Amino acid sequence: MFQRLPNAAAERVPFTIDGRPAEAQAGDSVAAALLANGVQTCRATPVSGAPRAPYCMMGVCFDCLVTIDGVGNRQGCQVRLEPGMRVETQDGKREIGL
Amino acid sequence: MSATKDQYDLAVIGAGPAGLAAATLAAQRGLSTVLLDEQEAPGGQIYRAITRTPLRNPGVLGPDYWHGAELTGPFRDSGADHLPGTTVWSVSRDLEIGLSRQGAARILPVKHVILATGALERPFPIPGWTLPGVMGAGAAQILLKASGLVAQGNVVLAGSGPLLWLLAWQYLRAGARIDAILDTTPRENWRAALPQLGAFLRSDYVGKGVRLLFEVRRKVKVYSGVSELKALGDGRVQMVSFRQGDGEEWRLPADTLLLHQGVIPNINLANAIGCAQTWDETQRCWTPQVDAWGATTVPGVAVAGDGAGIGGALAAEHRGRLAALDALLRLGRIDRVERDRSAAPHRDALERAQQGRDFLDTLYSPAKPFRVPPDDTIVCRCEEVTAGQVREAVALGCSGPNQTKSFLRCGMGPCQGRLCGPTVTEVIAEARGVSPAEVGYYRLRPPVKPITLAELASLPKSEADVAAVLGRH
Repeated sequence: MFQRLPNAAAERVPFTIDGRPAEAQAGDSVAAALLANGVQTCRATPVSGAPRAPYCMMGVCFDCLVTIDGVGNRQGCQVRLEPGMRVETQDGKREIGL
Repeated sequence: MSATKDQYDLAVIGAGPAGLAAATLAAQRGLSTVLLDEQEAPGGQIYRAITRTPLRNPGVLGPDYWHGAELTGPFRDSGADHLPGTTVWSVSRDLEIGLSRQGAARILPVKHVILATGALERPFPIPGWTLPGVMGAGAAQILLKASGLVAQGNVVLAGSGPLLWLLAWQYLRAGARIDAILDTTPRENWRAALPQLGAFLRSDYVGKGVRLLFEVRRKVKVYSGVSELKALGDGRVQMVSFRQGDGEEWRLPADTLLLHQGVIPNINLANAIGCAQTWDETQRCWTPQVDAWGATTVPGVAVAGDGAGIGGALAAEHRGRLAALDALLRLGRIDRVERDRSAAPHRDALERAQQGRDFLDTLYSPAKPFRVPPDDTIVCRCEEVTAGQVREAVALGCSGPNQTKSFLRCGMGPCQGRLCGPTVTEVIAEARGVSPAEVGYYRLRPPVKPITLAELASLPKSEADVAAVLGRH
């Protein structure tokens, strides 16, 4: 649970989280935008299904992996939020598409 | 956006203080220079978002942060090309850099490489550290710098080291709430650090550090001598439990637990290139073997800044300039006399910046149970391998980290050992009763960051490449 400091506002950026409309601001990474929107878990692990959320915010831990605009396993903390982005949380292993 | 050339004299990898300073000096003195960086804006982690932070009040982050602007200005005017948002996944022995940018990969040949890959937070394996709501203190600091975000609800900080206290001070400045600081600094460290106290008292650290500590201690409840720290909760952290020494167990509500026990060099790229590395017994981490100019054991590859051993941000910029001067010598632009003459002021500044460092390294050396955790603690977050499983593998004859990969998949997840490597080395060393130096580390290989097959397929191909695959002559 993270909140924006009152004097740190910037231009609003609309995007979606699992299809729901959401809003964050210019300069946010995707992982920061998820935290700012109260998202508690961004994926379940492929090994045990345990919930995970961003841990390092600097591209090291790979716990903030999410699907962005249809591409899976992107590091949310390393991708800058863009208007209209479709961000989806991930659940366990990926299915092989046919 | 800078235009990019097909090749460069020098590539600097990482845009923190070492990388910015190295690229600036090299470009000013005539080397065609490119700075490759994973972030969208220069500054590294210490000066993260220095050119674009939304925090309007400069008092929140403090003057040490704003010093970063003195590096980004000269860099912008230096003539060096800047490729932000770029992932370097390989550097070959022929100094060909494999990079990905905007979904496409390419190979960039250069004549000299300076790795300025900086530091990462030392793993802090405790029961429950994989729960959502548990993060690095450095992660919280990045959220503050880059997005003006602070944790809300019950916020607990735990661990040791300067960054933990700096974050607490910045949070208080920002008007954010901290419920408690759980200080895990072992009491005996004070005795061990005493011989270095004199040098520390003469350093620049002391004034700022003491003031900051007093301010935080006046406003936040601090529990010292903390042991047996655990994060508890169902689906996310809700509580922390701990003891003070051998005392009874405490429990505090926590919506966010921020962990920190110092930083260690980010060695993945240097290791994958094949640079020899050594175990640093004081800082308890692996460090690439470098000479006084940052040159590694691989010709044409240097490491500057915290990536070559933790020295802090100010030391990093001087180390960057020294590495750049050595690059000028090796590329035939200056002679040895000129290199040494130009280096003199930077050597003096480096010495000043490093004064007092030994005291901090010894005082904040993490307690053993947080480096060599109990059996039930996950050490490899990616593959969810516990310390107990590593110990069982050792009992079956697993002698080093590379074998834990085949026994347990430990270290084989996407983070490529960044969050488990030092712990696995120390757990095996303790179980075998030998030194970490003897146990060794993962042998890392490119790509050091995952890339998609589509990115690989986008690599430009020569006629020889096509002939090699299709078997035509």
